[in-house]
Amino acid sequence: MNWSAILLTLKLAAVVSLILLAVGLPIAYWLAHTRWRWKFLAEAVVALPLVLPPTVLGFYMLVAFGPRSPFGRSWESLFGSTLPFTFQGLVVASVLYSLPFAVQPFAAAFTAVDPKLLQASSVLGVSRMRTFFRVTLPLSVVGVITGFVLSFAHTLGEFGVVLMVGGNIPGVTRTASIDIYDQVQALDYSAANQTALALLAFSFVVLSLIYGLNRKARFQWPTSDRKP
Amino acid sequence: MIAPLHTILTARIRNDFPAARSRGFRLDVELTVPPGVTILFGPSGAGKTTILDCLAGLTRPDAGRIVLNDQVLLDSAAGIQVPAERRRVGYVFQSLALFPHLSVQRNVEYGLGHVSDSERQQRVRELLEAFRIAPLAERRPAQISGGEGQRVALARALVTEPHALLLDEPLAALDLATKAHIIEDLRAWNARRRIPVLYVTHSQREAFALGERLIAIDEGRVLAQGSPHEVLQMPEHETVAQIAGFENIFDANVTAVNESSGTMTCRLVRSSVELEVPLARSAPGAAVRIAIRAGDILLAAAPPVLLSARNVIYGHIASLEQTGTRVVAQVESDGAQFLADLTPGACDALALSPGREAWLVIKSHSCFLLQRAQAQKA
Repeated sequence: MNWSAILLTLKLAAVVSLILLAVGLPIAYWLAHTRWRWKFLAEAVVALPLVLPPTVLGFYMLVAFGPRSPFGRSWESLFGSTLPFTFQGLVVASVLYSLPFAVQPFAAAFTAVDPKLLQASSVLGVSRMRTFFRVTLPLSVVGVITGFVLSFAHTLGEFGVVLMVGGNIPGVTRTASIDIYDQVQALDYSAANQTALALLAFSFVVLSLIYGLNRKARFQWPTSDRKP
Repeated sequence: MIAPLHTILTARIRNDFPAARSRGFRLDVELTVPPGVTILFGPSGAGKTTILDCLAGLTRPDAGRIVLNDQVLLDSAAGIQVPAERRRVGYVFQSLALFPHLSVQRNVEYGLGHVSDSERQQRVRELLEAFRIAPLAERRPAQISGGEGQRVALARALVTEPHALLLDEPLAALDLATKAHIIEDLRAWNARRRIPVLYVTHSQREAFALGERLIAIDEGRVLAQGSPHEVLQMPEHETVAQIAGFENIFDANVTAVNESSGTMTCRLVRSSVELEVPLARSAPGAAVRIAIRAGDILLAAAPPVLLSARNVIYGHIASLEQTGTRVVAQVESDGAQFLADLTPGACDALALSPGREAWLVIKSHSCFLLQRAQAQKA
């Protein structure tokens, strides 16, 4: 088993899902509460990575990261290096690629919070920001964990975007899924099987955790609807 | 410890509802809420909750001015709009909106983020005791009863020492005894504090039990204000009469004005029945509307004699319907139908049955002349 590939993959997934937590929560909050009439466009953009072939996404990102695009140029002038074929480039690409897996569960959880609770909080003199941390977030904790774990798991399994943007540099951008591909190409089936099995087992455990959590959540905060 | 505030809340609110424009609904009210409990009374859809939402700052009306004592909360002309979290207006929703993930204690102290630990503990303890929920402090909202939930919601709103309190039918789902106790505790609290409390209800019983003043509204307009007794027992408006339980409402025309006896004679439309009603500024021929409570009509099984009541109407019993301890007799008299209340005992003693002759006895002062809602708008 190629431990360096597996460790790299776990590191990538951890960094990406943490960034998505920081970036995804405000985006999801905005999507859940905005009354902007073009909100559906933003929702469509967030959901795009769900339907686009990873090669399409990877291709555009490669172009955007390149020295001829404004984004690529400003990145280079800011950090002194280019994004393609680096770990940072992989992180940026994976954040975009896994965005819907974080934002959608977050937004669904925020939308499910009774708006009366938020109104109750504001008439009690509590600001929106504090209301978010004291009411919205605690009541959305299952959705937030789900989004976090899903974006982690989804980053673990990505292949196409990584290949397009990261290439296949051992220890830098060679993740587990690419390692498996390499091993199969080299007809080393037993090594491929080990890595594949590790990924399979890990993904199964993660998804079982989410579904187990969601099942428990139904009993967590029983609704107390007192409207006659 | 709690200083009396003697705050006064005044509001002028106008709001169009694009969704309700087709039925001509528009909110346009002017209210003054002095210290003490004022009932906001009206049928559902009258605009009561919208008024509260505007006062609390949860809804921004198209135009208006809201002043709490000397603090301007809203002045659309001057572009002032104080956000809900800085208005110090307590608000208890019909659904209570207790935070389900917090214990009773944490719910009550929720709005006290800015005060010191020791003061917070003391204020929370006081309120938990005033509303008799101290033993529930560690429970979650899902683990307490409806009545207990109401007490928690009240305590949570009052612990922040609001300068006004809004209550949106908070007791609608409770039985009478539980209601009465909560109302007493609320009154006791406000006896010391003296803040304006605006209490929305469509229950007459609550209005009488709780209110020092009453504002009746319908279709987004104030119909009448005064003491609950003045407004509900002597309604001048048809809508108020309907919601206040006047079972008999008749269209009639004035046939004679008897200045000397202080009455007018009115003939009911599509009937030859005439009623003597208290004198009002109406000329003969004018169309009026008369409301009479079923409980104010006496029913006799033989022609009554030597009565002070001016109206004795002959008819036949069309039906008798018993609900609980009350029998409602429907009496038909030449095209007019009257409803009269009886006790089951009286019904038996008089051996009443459908088809029998009956005489209805109605005092002039039990007949109320209504202003019609349309007339008010014109």
